[in-house]
Amino acid sequence: MAVYEHTYRRYAGPLTPDWSRFLIIPRHAYRDIFKSKLFIAFFVACFIPLLIEAIAIYLHHNVNALAVMKVDVKQLLPIDASFFEWFINFQAYLAFLMTMLVGPPLVARDLRNNALPLYLCRPFSRSEYVFGKMSVVLMLLSAITWIPQLVLFLFQSYLEGFSWFTSNLSLANAILLSSLAWILLLTLLSQTISALVKWRVAASAALLGLYLIPSVFGEVINQIFVTRWGSIISIDALRRSITSGLFGTFVESIRHVTDWDTGGVRDIVLLAPPVWVSWFMLFLICAACLGILSKRVKAYEVVT
Amino acid sequence: MVAALKEDQQIVSQPLVQAPVIDLDGLSVRFGRRQILQDLRGQLRGRAIGLLGPNGAGKTTLIHTLLGFHEPSTGTARIFGMDIQNDTKPIRSIIGYMPERDAFIAKMSCVHFVRLMAELSGIPSEAALERAHEALFYVGLGEARYRKLDTYSLGMKQLAKLAQAIVHGPRLIFLDEPTNGLDPPARIRMLRLIREIRDSGQANIVISSHLLRDVEECCEEILILRDGRVATYCNLEEERRSNRKFLVLETRGDQPAFTKAIAELGCEYAVTSDHRVKVVLQEGTEIRDLYRIAGEHEVQIRRLNFKRDSLEDIFLKAMENGHGSL
Repeated sequence: MAVYEHTYRRYAGPLTPDWSRFLIIPRHAYRDIFKSKLFIAFFVACFIPLLIEAIAIYLHHNVNALAVMKVDVKQLLPIDASFFEWFINFQAYLAFLMTMLVGPPLVARDLRNNALPLYLCRPFSRSEYVFGKMSVVLMLLSAITWIPQLVLFLFQSYLEGFSWFTSNLSLANAILLSSLAWILLLTLLSQTISALVKWRVAASAALLGLYLIPSVFGEVINQIFVTRWGSIISIDALRRSITSGLFGTFVESIRHVTDWDTGGVRDIVLLAPPVWVSWFMLFLICAACLGILSKRVKAYEVVT
Repeated sequence: MVAALKEDQQIVSQPLVQAPVIDLDGLSVRFGRRQILQDLRGQLRGRAIGLLGPNGAGKTTLIHTLLGFHEPSTGTARIFGMDIQNDTKPIRSIIGYMPERDAFIAKMSCVHFVRLMAELSGIPSEAALERAHEALFYVGLGEARYRKLDTYSLGMKQLAKLAQAIVHGPRLIFLDEPTNGLDPPARIRMLRLIREIRDSGQANIVISSHLLRDVEECCEEILILRDGRVATYCNLEEERRSNRKFLVLETRGDQPAFTKAIAELGCEYAVTSDHRVKVVLQEGTEIRDLYRIAGEHEVQIRRLNFKRDSLEDIFLKAMENGHGSL
């Protein structure tokens, strides 16, 4: 099939290994995604909190800077589990916004243009397709969550010393696991919605709705039934519960309620759902997403 | 991994072997309660195989099943001796597929799209780009290859679909209604490309179509489906050979005497009009004998055509007669 020969010619060269073929999808997707200047601006902006975090860690150990500022930064901003957890939480919100930008069109565009048969008639399975599409979001979210956070953890360890590193290894574990759990959930949700809703704007709106509506509804349940169990339907509450569980900052909720008998206000302890419940819910949501994806991602839909 | 790579390479570089291109072994497909394909049997070996049948006969379902998109309910099929249920990946690495409906990836230039498809077939990135350019030049989209697919006309989209089906140099190419929606020049170009690929001997082609003329122009073997069953199998090449001696003569002169002389030669004949005679030549009879007796009876033979049953005749017979087998 050479241009100058204009004849049909079979390919007899080397082939890429099977395991690496899913990476073709993110490579081509990034070419499209990074064409948008708006997206590049947002992507860069996602690193600003990390820069602030790095500066805070640096100031924490720079004696001269501490002397100039005449503030005890160590007292003001201790670098401990809460410090890293705060930044992880902040990055989690940015990760959600990034998912809204990147995730919805990935599968929807292929479904809208009947492209799935073209992928699946090749030595490329449905699971490789789904994993390839997921890896587009997973890699981007990893770049703004656990990867820089782990780098900052190592930076802090370098400045603080090896003993701090060994005694705080659980923080690295918490950074990694809490971020992975969240980005996996976001990736699966976005791809599932993308497979269900073919219109990009509607898919983004659906993702936002899935984030906000159960949170509001769960809070209403909490208020009405004086409980904290309503939060298990909110994906953000699940994330916070899992993150605080991993960072060791999980606390039972305390609420002020009005005692109608005496007319006074009293504190009652409301037991939040245990962390394992949040993990279990996360597992259920992921399983449901995978189930829907396996039904939707097919070369052709069979109408029986 | 290395083993898998070598295996794939081996499959691609194998010459066309003697195993049937498609071996249908009691293949049945059911969607829910609906039986779509029923007990298809036979071996297809032609360089270009036509799948014919009325709408809903099961042509596209058969192609999809061979591609591994649908599970057979009973039976199986083999492509070049590989089972469609057990060897899905090796089969898919040696086939190309041009779907019937519009199918592309939005917001991509054509060359980018074809390159992506080549890479998904396992071709390394650089080689995939090179072959994408080659394939697009080959199908005639060389000048338009940097344009976005969304801006293509229907004919150009068909050619882009063909380019993605052949970019990785498959051994077997499935073309589902390749001339759908094409204007006459585009149709002629598409058929020419199909014939070129067929004649290159590098790939076998399966064409599903309801346009008899298109299939007749390209295919050597025909499988006609009706209600999910094989209605007729026909080897067009053999048909053409066996009907070589069926002639239509246009004459002027003493026709009764001429036809009497034809009968004396031992040939069957039928007078279709005042000046037209259909003749089936017998063994040992040559065309020159016809000219000789025409001369003897002062009859002019103004036109002499070889005729055979057209594909349309075969198709209509298949639709009337019901089920057949290979």
